[in-house]
Parts: sequence; C-alpha cells; structure tokens
Amino acid sequence: MQKYINLPLTKDKVLALKAGDRVYLTGEIFTARDAAHKRLCESIEKGEKLPFDINNATIFFVGPTPAKEGQIIGSAGPTTSYRMDSYSPILLKHGLSGMIGKGDRSAAVVEAMKNFGGVYFAAIGGAGALISKCIKKSEVIAYSDLGTEAIRRLYVENMPLFVVIDSLGNNLYKTARKDFKESDF
Amino acid sequence: MREIDVGLVSKTIEKLCIEANCALPCDVKKSILDFTETEVSPIAKQILKDIKENFEIAEKENMPICQDTGMALVFLKIGQDVHFVGGSLNDAVNEGVRKGYKKGYLRKSVVSDPIERINTNDNTPAMIYTEIVDGKNVEITVAPKGFGSENMSAVKMLKPSDSLEGVVNFVLETVEKAGANPCPPIVVGVGIGGTFDKVTLLSKKALIRPLNKRNPNPFYKNLEDELLLKINNLGIGPQGLGGKTTALCVNIETLPTHIAGLPCAVNINCHVTRHKTEVI
Repeated sequence: MQKYINLPLTKDKVLALKAGDRVYLTGEIFTARDAAHKRLCESIEKGEKLPFDINNATIFFVGPTPAKEGQIIGSAGPTTSYRMDSYSPILLKHGLSGMIGKGDRSAAVVEAMKNFGGVYFAAIGGAGALISKCIKKSEVIAYSDLGTEAIRRLYVENMPLFVVIDSLGNNLYKTARKDFKESDF
Repeated sequence: MREIDVGLVSKTIEKLCIEANCALPCDVKKSILDFTETEVSPIAKQILKDIKENFEIAEKENMPICQDTGMALVFLKIGQDVHFVGGSLNDAVNEGVRKGYKKGYLRKSVVSDPIERINTNDNTPAMIYTEIVDGKNVEITVAPKGFGSENMSAVKMLKPSDSLEGVVNFVLETVEKAGANPCPPIVVGVGIGGTFDKVTLLSKKALIRPLNKRNPNPFYKNLEDELLLKINNLGIGPQGLGGKTTALCVNIETLPTHIAGLPCAVNINCHVTRHKTEVI
C-alpha cells in the first residue's frame, strides 16, 4: 500500500506500517552510520545527553558525498544496515522509531523492534544522486570530526522508501524472494 | 625506451577518478535497461527504472552515482619499455587520487589503520595493482570499489574432488547469503585456479571486464551463462525485494593451479560497477 507519512514517527504511526508498504516520508531525520552509532551507544552507557532527541526519531544510515557550491547535500543513498545491528537495539530501547538503510537485520534488532515499536525502511542502494533530490535541508549537528560519518539533521520531502521489516517482525526480504525463486536450486 | 613523466600518470588518474564515479560504463547501462524489459515483478521493474533515473541524474549533473565513491583501485599495465621519470610512481598515483577525490567532491572513505580507524580525509592510499606487459604504453584503469558489495565477497579453497559442482554451489551460496546487502542487481566476478591470493585477484579482474564480453573459452562462457541463470532463479531480485534480476552478469577468469587444489573466489560488485580506462 502507498502511504504518505509525516515525521516524527509516533508509535501509532509505527504500528500502522506494514512490510511491503511503499512509503513517502516527510520531515526531520538524522544521519548516522558505524562510527556515530558507536559514539551514541557509548554516550548512553555513560548516561550522557545525546546530540538529538532519540524519542520517536528516525535514523538514516548514510554517509553522503560532500556538497558542491549551491548544493544542499551530495549523493546520499543508504549504507548496508547489518553493521549497525549491534547498536540499533540499544537505540530502539531508548525511543528510536525508524531506521532507513538497506539489507537484512539481525534477529536481535527485529526482536527490539517488536518490543519497543520500531520500523525498518529500505531506500534504493546505489541511487544516491536520486535520493539527494528529496533532501531539502542538511546541517551537521554532532561529531563533525567524523567527516562523512558526522550526524546530520536532514529535512526530507516525500522520501521514497519500502517498509521491509514492520513492528510485528514481518520481513519482506524473507517473503519476497520466495515468490520468484525457481526450484532448480 | 620511452620516458613518461609521472605527472602525466597523476593527471590521468585525477580525471579518471571523477569520470568513473559520475558516469556509468555504457555496457552496464545497457544491461540495466535490458533487464528492465524482461523483469516480471512490478516492484523490481520500478526499482530498475529508479536506478536508471539515478545514473542519468548523476551523469547530467556530474555528481557521484552512489555516495560510496569507493576505495580507488588503480590498475597499471606498464609496458616493459617504459621508464618513469619525474618522481615516484606510487606517490604520483596517490596524488592523482587525492586531487580527483577533492576536485570531484567524492567521498573520502579510507581509514589509515583497520583497527584504529582514523579517516585519511583524502581517500588515499589507493590500492595499486601493477602488471608488466609488452610495449611502451601504460594502460591505466581506475575502478572505485564500494564496500557494501566488497564485504559480501568470499574465497574458498575447494578440493579437486569438489569439481565443477563445488564451484557452482560456492558461487550460488555466496550470492544467496549476500542477499540484499550488496545492492542487487549485482555483477559477479568469479576467479577459479591459481593460488589463495591470485584467485581473489582474478575475481577482481573479472569485475573490470565489460559485461558484453564473454570468456573466450566456450566452456567458461557456458558456465557464465549457466551461473547467471541460476543466480537469477534465486528470486532475490533488485534490492532484495524479489524478482528475476539479481545479477546483470557473471564474469569468470581462470588460471592453472596445483594438483591438490581448486581455489575459487567470488568478488561481488553492485549495479554501480564503475571503471574507466585510458592509455598513455
């Protein structure tokens, strides 16, 4: 089903999203990948304040290319999500609602999504130029020393995504391939 | 003996880094368009159309096709009658990468140490592959390699008794396990033979061969076709969301090997299979 969603992703919106939905997301999201996730989780462990309000927040796993003069951001497609699997359950526990990336997640992440109300979206990997067109604002808000891995606050308009894993644990990666698999392997 | 100033090598690499990252090779573009026609899943068809729109925007606006502008792999085929002058060849290659990644607004994705992980901020060092060939020219290929797909690659030291079936199963297992992670539709480079290290290099070189150029040996050409068919029957599809287009192409490269071994390597590349070559 096609759905237009305004952020933040409150838990009622999370529960209404189903694996297979085509979603167009509008609002504020935050970027973070490997190095930023490590720092966020270290901050939680030390009881420090996070650089943004994680409650009902959505994180986009991305490290964009540098913006040219006059550009808001460079190419900005998703990175592979499994590298964030050891960190995502901690963030979900602290209120994170949405994750945008590509590729399957671990059982522990799916379990945390079910327990705390989270949804996992896929953006088209390798379509960084296309995705950059729906990013209307970009600002580095933390860890600027990490360069491309810094945390940015983005404002996106109608960002095209697929719900791949929903808050009940339904997983499109696992179900979709069965429909097209031929029996010779 | 022909003298070549390393400054020319540097300038050429600077240019190739930018061009390779912003314009997809024609054979890859054509393959994506061909599979868009034959794909049966409506979602998969739409994804392939989005992928086309993406590489068109990138080429038109001279922006990177993908945000992972890769590690810079630089292949140098150096004629044995060439004498480099004007400085160190390795330094010149890295200078070209440094300048190209800055000028082209490409992402700096290299850390200086695999454990300490501090970004070098200029995408150096490049991975340099040299080969001495006949003649007095230098063929330079820059192939930016993203790591979403590199991470899904694998090598296995099969036994001779595993035979062809062992090779086929290993390739299919590697692709199935990779699933959505390497951004399908993928290009699959397969190396068979040689040694533990040489077989992985073969699989990497297989990724640089144009998609419309098959292995000249009919046996391996047929194996390429058979593997492509089997991979596309796995059902993974574009981005892992189901469909018949999991791979665009399988390229196989081989070497003689030892009586006791059957090395096999699978190097995966995403649909942004980039490389650009120039001869100086």
